[in-house]
Parts: sequence; structure tokens; C-alpha cells
Amino acid sequence: MQRDPLDRDQRIGLHADMLLIRAFEDRITQMAHEQGRLPGMQITCHGQEAVAAGVVRALTPRDVIVTNHRSHGHLLARGVDPGALLAEIMGRQGGLNHGKSGTLHLADPGRNVLMTSTVVGAGPLLAMGAAFAQHYRQEQGVTCVFFGDGAAAEGSVHEAMNLAAVWKLPVLFVCESNCWAGAQAHKEHCPIGEIAARAASYNMPGEMTDGNDVEGVHETARGFLEHCRSGKGPALMECRTYRMHGHGEHDQQQYVDKDELASWAGRDPIVRHAEVLRRDGLGEFMAGMLERADQAVDRAVAFADASPFPPPEEALDHLYVNPILREG
Amino acid sequence: MPVKSTGQAVAEALALAMEMDEDIFLAGEGIGTSIHVNPHLPTFGLLERFGPRRVRDTPVSEAAIVGLAVGASCMGLKPVVEVMFFPFITLAADMLVNHAAKLRYLSGGLSSFPLTVRVKSGVFSAGCQHSHSLEAWLAHAPGLKIAYPSNPADAKGLLLSAIFDPDPVVVVEEMPLYWTIHGEVPEGDYRVPLGQARIARQGGDATLATYGGAVHVALQAAEALQAEGISLEVIDLRSLVPLDTASVIASVRKTGRFLTLHDATRFCGYGAELAATVAETCFDELKAPVRRIAAPDIPVPFSPPQEAFYKPSADQVTQVVRGMMHAG
Repeated sequence: MQRDPLDRDQRIGLHADMLLIRAFEDRITQMAHEQGRLPGMQITCHGQEAVAAGVVRALTPRDVIVTNHRSHGHLLARGVDPGALLAEIMGRQGGLNHGKSGTLHLADPGRNVLMTSTVVGAGPLLAMGAAFAQHYRQEQGVTCVFFGDGAAAEGSVHEAMNLAAVWKLPVLFVCESNCWAGAQAHKEHCPIGEIAARAASYNMPGEMTDGNDVEGVHETARGFLEHCRSGKGPALMECRTYRMHGHGEHDQQQYVDKDELASWAGRDPIVRHAEVLRRDGLGEFMAGMLERADQAVDRAVAFADASPFPPPEEALDHLYVNPILREG
Repeated sequence: MPVKSTGQAVAEALALAMEMDEDIFLAGEGIGTSIHVNPHLPTFGLLERFGPRRVRDTPVSEAAIVGLAVGASCMGLKPVVEVMFFPFITLAADMLVNHAAKLRYLSGGLSSFPLTVRVKSGVFSAGCQHSHSLEAWLAHAPGLKIAYPSNPADAKGLLLSAIFDPDPVVVVEEMPLYWTIHGEVPEGDYRVPLGQARIARQGGDATLATYGGAVHVALQAAEALQAEGISLEVIDLRSLVPLDTASVIASVRKTGRFLTLHDATRFCGYGAELAATVAETCFDELKAPVRRIAAPDIPVPFSPPQEAFYKPSADQVTQVVRGMMHAG
């Protein structure tokens, strides 16, 4: 299918998204090493920014995102306020979810980042349900779910793909194959090299793409989204990329081969895209972009630091729409 | 008022809800085209009446059935899905316990999940992988509500309340009641509020709290005890979450004796919560120790005499109540 080529603003936008995600998460990494600064563990998508920017920028506002524990990139690319995001990560009142989520379950339903599950492999089921609603109401929306190659070992992913395919629901399954599931390498948990090959068993299109090539990811996502939107059912897009940090910031990656890590560092999606933009004579448009990203993160930190912790008793709120009053 | 079977009353609620609200759809295994052709089954005839868009037969895929409900409800639909038999709820437990129950809380109150899961329960000569009363498991997951009707009018009224409730509700339907219990059913949009118990029989000497099919066992026992001059008050809880604590406590304050009855096993059963609540609230007004009558702590046996041995009987109830009368 012939699509209009990316224009300058779109290409620059992709780059700006990746820079913001990197700047935000670099700060998370820095703060994670300051004692007592961030509660709990911190999970970043260092190295996977091209997937977030490339796919999310291909979505329309009415499309729905379902994501997972490694979600900062998806949210930032969707335009979620970095201050509210960081405040949530810090468990503050001003956070996206009033401190109920932390880094693991971040959701911004107002921007159609509808649901986030940290139960690995659950997202595809939630996405199938959301896509059913779009299909039932005959909306043009697509639900895009991000999950990892590790999640593909869960039975829930099979059930979601099977039902979505049988009912031809508009789900774009995006598998971020980042080479690691916890401390397990891909070949230790998956008998085939490509998760995308499984698409054939659901009679849906599937394709492996270079997940560190942001414009390639974006193009592939646009194609699959057109497929989903046209009523032909789900599609599976696998993005080969690399989890440059550990599972969380506490993880020292002692199980990772140093040469492999260095080789992937040489394929950094942001550096690669900067070279492409410069080659195409767009270098001047990157001027000041890094500084603007850093400033946005500075403002986010200031906002989050100024936001108080929620009162302990507000832990009782937000469970039911119609609260259950208990005696005693 | 017309007299209907419990199954027909459930069917009436489903059809009425579907007529009232286009956002309601049904999904489950064999709810449209079934291997069982039985006019007392609640979904009998609904496919013909409402068509395949709104009455959806699913693959054998319990996690997907409840995942469908979670995702679609987050988008504003009001799914009413069926899990064929209670033990199979374990296959959907992640979607119920980690998602339906928690995603609103995790979102900080931004999302809601107006879904209903109907699950068929009861002991019906199929053995323990088709029969297992797991209501206490679900009651232990904050975020869920649980309704458990004993008769046709409540089956209709509770189900309509569940469907239009903005929170996730599990409605436990004891399958044998579908065709064994008949009664008058109010016409039209009749609702029984969640969290409101019913005094099934007034009495002054002891209070028995129960739910579902066991209500009929309790009433049988109360009749037998009446002949001996012992007056047993029977409370049909109707919903387990929220629990109508006030009605239970008011009754116990009147009678001074309290016992519980259910077909679920005893250890950590719902009766334990009731017993503890009464002991904490009105210990000083008790004339005898609180007693629990429940199934023995074994899986539901198959052989008919053993199955009968498993289910608490009216004789057990009368014996326990007689003992409590002698205690004080």
C-alpha cells in the first residue's frame, strides 16, 4: 500500500520524542541512585525509544494504548505530562494516578493510554477487550498493545491473539523483542527466533522489524494500523531492539555479555536517527532539541518535588465507584 | 405476579437489560449455540432474539472471556460474561483479581469497570472440577462485588443491579436452582440492591446466616425446629460483598445465638468471616458460642451417597441449633 512519505515535521517530531524519553529516563537513572529519592524499583526503556516514538506517533488520538511495566516511552510519546508522570513515579499526590500506581501501572485514560498491567502477558487480553468495544461500536479506532518477547511465553497472549483473530478485532500487537526476559536471553525462553512467525497460526499478518530504526518502525506501524482499521482484524508487529539497562535500575546486568552490549550501543536509535537527519540536511532542526528536552525534565522534577505525598488515609479511596462502607 | 423458575428469572433480567441498554452484550462458552438445549438455562433463546453481534459464543478461553469484559468495560460498555462452572474461574482469576478488581484503584479512580461475570455453581453429579464453591476466594479480593441469589425474584433483581452497577460484580448462580426453585418474579425493571440481606424467615431463638441453595436447607431446618418449639431466624445474605452487616448484627442482638451455613468448605470459608464479625461486634450478647455449618474440607465427591454426605443437610442444622439451645 502506498503511503505519503514522512514530512520534515514528522521526522523531527520522532526525534524529539526519543530525546525526551531518553532525557526523562536518564534522570530516572540518576535519581534511582540517590538514596531515598525514588520509592520502589525503576524500569526504563533505554535503547527502545524508537519503538515507543515510532509506533505511538502512528496512532490517531482515538486509538487506544495498552501498555506494561516498561511504559515511560509510550506515555511520553503520547504527550503525557512529564511532571505528572514523574510525580506518579515518586508516589506523589500530583501524580497521574494520585500515587496509586507508581512506575509500574501508569495510565492516562484521558489520552487513551487506557490500561497498564504489570502482570506480564495480561495486556494483550485487556487490549482485545478494548478493541472489541471499538469494533462493537463500529468506531475507526485501533487498540495498540505493547508487550515483550518474554510475555509471549504466557498463555494469555495466545488467548488474546486467538480471540482477536477469530472475531477480527482491531488490535495491533506490538512485541518489543528486547533480547531479555528478566535475566533470560531470548533463546532460553523461546524456541523460535521470531515471535512474529506465530502470527501465521492466527491467520494474521506478522512482521519482524528493526526496532532501532525509528522511521522504519513508524512506517511499519502505519501499514499495520491501516490493516487493523480496515476491518481485516489484528496484526503482529515485532520490533527487534535491546534492553540497554537491566530489568530495573537495581539490576547490574552481570549476566549480559559486554561485547553484545557494546555492539547494541553502536546501534543506538537516537544516534542513528540523528545521522539520518543530518545526512538528509535536517541537522539544523535538531539545534536546541536536547536542551529543550532537558528543560522539560527539569520542570518535571520541580513539579514532582513540590507535590506532596498523598495523606495515608487516601489509600482507602478509588477502589469502587460506589464505595462499600465497612463498620469498625 | 407470574411464577417463574430461577433460570427463567435470570433470562428475563438478561433480556430486559439488553433491551434497555445497547452497551450491554453477552459472551461466554455455549451461551448462543449450546450442547444443552434446556429452556431453564438463562441464555436459552437469546441468540435468536438479539443476534450474534450482542450474544457472542467464545472459544473455550476463560481468561479471554473475562479479559474481554475488563477491556470492553474500561471503554464504557457493560459486558455480561459467563464462566461456565465455578472451578473454571481459576483460569480467569488473573483477569478478575488483578485486573477487574485493581485497575480502577491503580488508575487513581480515573477508570471504571462496569462488568458482570455470571458463574454457574452448585453440586450436580459432575465431580470436583465442575463443582467448587470458591466465593470466599473472590470475597477476599478487594475491588470485586459478589451477589449470590437463592430464588427467582432475587436472581432477577440482583442480576439487574449487578449489570447496571459501575463496579465489577460476580453473580454466582447455583445451577440446580435454575429448574428446582420457582417463585413469583416482579415484572419490569426490578432491582434488588447489592448489600441488602433479606429475612427469609423470622425467628427469636437463633440467627442463621446463609446464601444460595443453602437458604432452602435452612428453611427446611427452621420448619422442623418450629415443631420442637425452637424459632430459627434465617437470613438470606443475597450479596456477600458488600455484606449487610447491620441486618446480621440486628438479628443476633435479638436472638443471642448465631450460626452460619454454606455449601462451600469450612476452613477459611465465608462463614468464618461472618462468625468473626459477630464475635467482634456483639460477643457480650451471645448466649452460646457461634457455630459454622459447612461442607467438610474435601473436594466435592462424585459418588451420589458421598455427594449427599458432602452437602450440609437440614438435619445437621437442627442438631447444631438444638445444641446451641442447651448451651444457654
